[in-house]
Amino acid sequence: MTKIAITSEGPLLDDALDPRFGRAAGFILVDSQTLDFKYLDNGASQAMAQGAGIQAAENISRAGAKVLLTGYVGPKAFMALQAVGIKVAQNLENITVRQAVERYNAGQVEWAQAPNREGHGR
Amino acid sequence: MKVAIASGKGGTGKTTVSAALSSVWNRTVIAMDLDVEEPNLHLFLKPQIFGREKAYIEVPVADESKCTYCRACAELCQFKAISVLSNVLLIFTEMCHGCGGCLAICPEKALSPGQRELGEIVWGQAGSAGFLMGRSRVGEAMSPPLMREVKKKLQVMLEGSAADVIIDAPPGVSCPAVNAVMDADVIALVTEPTPFGLYDLQLAYEAFLPLGKPMGIVINRAGLGEDKVYDFCRSRDLPIWAEIPYDRQIAVAYSNSQIIAAVSAQHKALFTDLADKINQAGVIAGAVCHA
Amino acid sequence: MREILVISGKGGTGKTSLTAAFAHLADNHVICDLDVDAPDLHLLLKPDLRQAHDFYAGFEARIEPDKCEGCDTCRQMCQFDAVRAGDPCPTIDPLKCEGCKVCVQFCPADAIAFTSRHCGTWYVSNSRFGTMVHAQLFPGQENSGRLVALLRQKAKELAKAGGQQLILSDGPPGIGCPVISSLSGVHLAVIVTEPTPSGLHDMARITDLCGHFRIPVAVIINKCDLNEQVAGSIQAECRQKGFALVAQLPHDPDFVHAMVREQTLTEFTSSDTVQRIKQAWDQIVALAMDKGRGRNKCTNIACL
Repeated sequence: MTKIAITSEGPLLDDALDPRFGRAAGFILVDSQTLDFKYLDNGASQAMAQGAGIQAAENISRAGAKVLLTGYVGPKAFMALQAVGIKVAQNLENITVRQAVERYNAGQVEWAQAPNREGHGR
Repeated sequence: MKVAIASGKGGTGKTTVSAALSSVWNRTVIAMDLDVEEPNLHLFLKPQIFGREKAYIEVPVADESKCTYCRACAELCQFKAISVLSNVLLIFTEMCHGCGGCLAICPEKALSPGQRELGEIVWGQAGSAGFLMGRSRVGEAMSPPLMREVKKKLQVMLEGSAADVIIDAPPGVSCPAVNAVMDADVIALVTEPTPFGLYDLQLAYEAFLPLGKPMGIVINRAGLGEDKVYDFCRSRDLPIWAEIPYDRQIAVAYSNSQIIAAVSAQHKALFTDLADKINQAGVIAGAVCHA
Repeated sequence: MREILVISGKGGTGKTSLTAAFAHLADNHVICDLDVDAPDLHLLLKPDLRQAHDFYAGFEARIEPDKCEGCDTCRQMCQFDAVRAGDPCPTIDPLKCEGCKVCVQFCPADAIAFTSRHCGTWYVSNSRFGTMVHAQLFPGQENSGRLVALLRQKAKELAKAGGQQLILSDGPPGIGCPVISSLSGVHLAVIVTEPTPSGLHDMARITDLCGHFRIPVAVIINKCDLNEQVAGSIQAECRQKGFALVAQLPHDPDFVHAMVREQTLTEFTSSDTVQRIKQAWDQIVALAMDKGRGRNKCTNIACL
């Protein structure tokens, strides 16, 4: 019964997983067992000059996520996620949010030890 | 009086012109290199260095024992340099712009001023001209903070003894370039008579026009290209203060880090002429000229 | 999919002219002009605009005269000297305002508006060599790299959708934020330099930055016949640091002649310089496609 955050291109479980973290279209916060979920829109990230990844980490942390499933995470966002103990699974793409949850439940995700993407320097 | 040597396009000859002007300027002058990312003026002026110092920007340092995670700092920071996640305070000093907001807003006095190194400031003397430059640390993303520190050093130098200032500006028309020209009395825009030169000159002209400073044009490598840049200058009433003909001899001298005003009597005359035109524009604009 | 970035450190070495030539020679690619401050690539590629988008990033502050009580707190607190004293109330210079929000936060009269900053426009276009992504920052704007990052993101999306294997980018000058934003995660940086003290000095700084990001470096010495001695120093530097020296090009006025005709050099002529550029491009592609991210051997290419 873990609360999982998944970067998503839309508000529904069958929407595609968005491989970006900081500037993802939004996040789906879902209970891994019951599949109760809610959507957090991330449109505000577009106006941010910098630090979108850190803001995203803040947002999902505040929403109670313990796990993040996504495509790629930059180094600063990764540091922020580690600091609050959110486990990160990277390199997911071309699947739906629902499929990502299924993989998590089947133990088929790779836990990241390091960010898989270079930062933008800022 | 301060003259900024700027351009839209890189590589048109700003440093070449700045160095040559400094060498023929007939009043007390300081040559200042504000292209802190890629400073080159010192390669031509070859100054005797009197001093160097590191430059810093103020960034927050946290005493987490005092932090109540109220998030006031994180909510104010526009740059995500300080953020609060659950009960963790994270500071990314490289993102900090030095605005002081977090330090001012913290109700618990948990933040105090620390430093991030921006780069170094170097000063000295090149012949009869004073010399001042900034060089950013490789990896430092922002130029304006170091440029501001170099300008503060200039103020100190000018208080010591008044002088004119020749500013070698960075290329482009965004924030670093505007920062370099904003304090000048006169702007000389260096261009080349090519399509890239013309396009970027138009950008520079539009960028700097609102500053309301007299502007004149220096056409470098004249003869290699086309005439449209002259049409543009005419159409905007932009005086052409100098034309440096394309000449392989000049290019070779440049490649040997020679000041091109020294290449021949004609070249020297070209730059003393340019200095005169700049001065006239400065006087008309009400600039203070020093002995 | 690979990203190749053409940069220089020093401006005016020939980045854009060479990127245009590579755009002509390349196959199945998306072209990106990441010099959003003073973009020139479109002058040779003459693209047809397909989409134009407003670009907003950061904020700017504006004092509302009818609410201002004249306490001067904003001017005292602003670290960027952006607040000018005035009558009836101070004004904020948009060229100096960094959008930090300090004045907005601490104004006791809540008299300062804080609005999104419209920084520029970005475009997706069609050129005779393929899809092109480019932008123009408005003058005086902070070149924070955000627009560069956005263009790269769009280029990647377009390449993925169109099945293109390569993104070829014309980079900005310098080593600051826009360059950092262009560089991170790129597969190969092609550094265009010239045999002058400035060229050498600036190349050292840009290669330092590439090293920091662990990006393999290929080097082109343009105007190589200008100074044999300095060219020799650059060659030695390449050998020592393991940069692949993929071309040495003598100074060639045809670059300008082609530019005046709005053509790439490779369209304008088939001279010796063009042959060298073609050979260089073949090597560059091979280096970029190389799976390993390690240092590259320095190839022995003569200048003249």
